[in-house]
Amino acid sequence: MSDAPNDIVIELKDVHKAFGAQKVLRGVHLQVREGTTLVIVGASGQGKSVILKHMLGLVKPEQGEVLVFGRDLTRIRAREVKEIRTHFGVLFQNAALFDSMTVFDNVALPLRERTKVGEERIRASVMEKLDLMDLLGAEDKYPAQISGGMRKRVGLARALMLNPRVVFFDEPTTGLDVHKSNEIYRLFHRTQQQLKYTAVIVSHDVPKIFKLADTVALLAEGVIQGCMSPEEFQLAENPLIREFVETTMGPIYSSDKEESILYETL
Amino acid sequence: MKRFNVEVSVGLFLVLGFLCFAWLAVKLGDVRLFGDTSYRVTARFGSISGLKPGAQVEIAGVKVGRVARISLDPERYDAVVELAMDRDVRLTEDSIASIRTAGIIGDRYVSISPGGAMDYIEPGGRIHETESAINLEELISKYIFESK
Amino acid sequence: MVQFLEKLGDQCLHLLEQLGRMGIFLFACLWCVVKPPYKIFPIIRQIHFIGSRSIFVIFFTGAFTGMVLGLQGYYTLRKFGSEGLLGSAVALSLIRELGPVVAALMVIGRAGSAICAEIGIMRNSEQIDALECMAIDPYKYLMAPKFVAGVLSMPLLTALFDVVGILGGWLIGVVLLGINEGTYFQAMYASVEWQDIKMGLVKSLVFGLLLIWIAAAKGYFLHFERGGGFGAEGVSRTTTDAVVLSSVAVLLWDYLISAIML
Repeated sequence: MSDAPNDIVIELKDVHKAFGAQKVLRGVHLQVREGTTLVIVGASGQGKSVILKHMLGLVKPEQGEVLVFGRDLTRIRAREVKEIRTHFGVLFQNAALFDSMTVFDNVALPLRERTKVGEERIRASVMEKLDLMDLLGAEDKYPAQISGGMRKRVGLARALMLNPRVVFFDEPTTGLDVHKSNEIYRLFHRTQQQLKYTAVIVSHDVPKIFKLADTVALLAEGVIQGCMSPEEFQLAENPLIREFVETTMGPIYSSDKEESILYETL
Repeated sequence: MKRFNVEVSVGLFLVLGFLCFAWLAVKLGDVRLFGDTSYRVTARFGSISGLKPGAQVEIAGVKVGRVARISLDPERYDAVVELAMDRDVRLTEDSIASIRTAGIIGDRYVSISPGGAMDYIEPGGRIHETESAINLEELISKYIFESK
Repeated sequence: MVQFLEKLGDQCLHLLEQLGRMGIFLFACLWCVVKPPYKIFPIIRQIHFIGSRSIFVIFFTGAFTGMVLGLQGYYTLRKFGSEGLLGSAVALSLIRELGPVVAALMVIGRAGSAICAEIGIMRNSEQIDALECMAIDPYKYLMAPKFVAGVLSMPLLTALFDVVGILGGWLIGVVLLGINEGTYFQAMYASVEWQDIKMGLVKSLVFGLLLIWIAAAKGYFLHFERGGGFGAEGVSRTTTDAVVLSSVAVLLWDYLISAIML
C-alpha cells in the first residue's frame, strides 16, 4: 500500500451494480497495479465477469467510480473511452472470434481497422503471432472448424496484436482439459514475460491459477472479500475466503484432525 | 477468386439495376438525358378541364411534343398551357390548338391543326387560335334541357 | 385492476424505451455513414449480399406479379371495353405501389432476417463486445456498410422488379391475350409520369433504410429483449419480431408516402 499511486492502472471505488431487482455488486473496491497479475476468483454467478465489464467500460455502474489510467470511465466521453481501450486486449470467455472470418482475418482485424499498416506488414506480424501461439497452418480455417483450445489461442493472439498495456482474461481455461489449459497458462506466462503487460484474470481454475497470480481477490456476496497474495489468501482468516479455499482445494492446510474426519466420513 | 466473384456479381447487379431505372426514367418518365431538344410555345384556353402536364401534343395524330406546364392567368382567368414542341416541327402562325379526348373517357391531349400561313411561330411565341376542351357533361345537360 | 394498469404502464414504458433506443441507434448509424474513413470493400460485400443475391427472388416475384396484374387487369378492363389501358394499369400499379412494397418485403425476408440473426448472434457470443474492446466502433464497422448497401440496393431492385413486372404483364396481355403490342406500350408511355417514378424511388429509398434499420437494431439490442434474448431461441424470436415489425413498418410508410405525395 506504500507504492506511489501512479502505478495503479485500474481502480474500482465503491462500485454498485444491479440487473433488475438482482443486486450483483454492492460496493466493490479493487486495485490493479502496473505489471502485476490480478486473479479474481469466486463462485459462478457472483458477478466476476461483471467486474471485468466495468473495467472495460462495457457496463456503467450505478454508483461508484471506475478509474483506468487515472481517468473515471463513467465520466469521460465515448471518444476517450475508445482511446483508453486502445491499450486493452481482451480474451473473452468463448474467445468471441468473428465466425464469418478466417483465423488470419480475425487476428489481423485490429491492425486493419486501427492502424494504417500495409497488407505486407500485417501478414508478417499476424504470422509471427500465430507462430508464437503454435497456430501455423490454421490461418485459413474458420473459428467453427478449430477446437476450443485453438480458439482461445486465436483469441489471445488477437488480444495481443497491438501490444496492449492491460490484458483481460475472462475464464481463459473454462471448458478445456488439463493439458489444454496448461498450454494456455504456458502461453500466458511466455507472452507476459515478453510484452510485460498487466493482466486481470477471472477464473475458476483454483488452485492452478494461483501460480500465475501476484494478487488474488475473492468476490462473494457482491463485495471483494480480500485482495492479497496467493500465499496469504490460502491462510486468510476471513470465513468466506476459508470456505472458498477449502471447497476448491480441499483442506490441505487444515489440521490432521479435520482431515481425518473428512476421510472417515468418506 | 471468391473476391472476384463478389465484385462481378455486384457489378452485374448495379448495371442491371441502373439500366432498369434508366429505362423507367427515360422511356416512361420522359426525362431528357441528352439535353432538351424541344422549344416552348404557349397557348391560352378558356377551359382545359382534365388536361395534365405530360399529356401528348399531336398533329394529324402524330406525337410532336408534350404539355410542359399549366398555370392560370390571374387577371383574365385563362388557362395558360406551355407546350414543349419537338425542335424539328415548326408551327405556322395561324395554327389552331384544341384540347381533345382520346375516346369518350380517355386521356385529354392537345391537337394542333396547322394553317397555311407563311410565317412560323418563334420559340417562346404563342398560338393565338385555340379551342377549349369539350365538356361532355355540359354537352349532355345542354342536350337534355333543350329537348324539354 | 391496479395490477393490470401497472402492467400496461410498464409495457408502454418498455415500448417507448425501445423506440428511443432504436432512434438513437439510427442517428448513430447515419452519423457513422457520413463520418470518414470510408471503406469501399465492406460496402461491396453488403451490396452483394443484399442486392446481387436478391436478383433471383426479385426477378421471379416481379415476373409473377406483373403476370397476375396483366391477367386480372385484362378481365377487369374488358368489362369497360378498355383493354387498351392494360399497359398503363400494369405499369402504374407496379411503379407506384407494388414494385417498392413487394420488393421491400422480399428483401426483408431474404436479407433483413439474415442481418438480424447475424448481428443477434454476434451480440450473443460477445463478438460485439469484442469489437468495442478492440476500440473498433461496431456502428462504423458493422452497421454503416449495411445502411449504405441497403439504401443503394433497394431502388435498383425495385427498378428491376418494375421492369420485369411490366414484361410479365406484356407476356400475358400481348402474347397470351392478344392485346396490340403498340397499344400496351403506348398507353404506358402516355400515362406514366416522372412523378410516379419519383414516388416509387422515394418509397424504395425509405423502405431500404427502414428494413436495414429495424433488422440491425433488433439484432444489436438483442440483450434488451423482453423474456431474455439469449440463446438460439432468443435469436430466432427476435428475428421473427424484426421481420414482422419491418413488414408492418413498410406497409405503414407506404401509405404515409402515398398520402403525402399524391
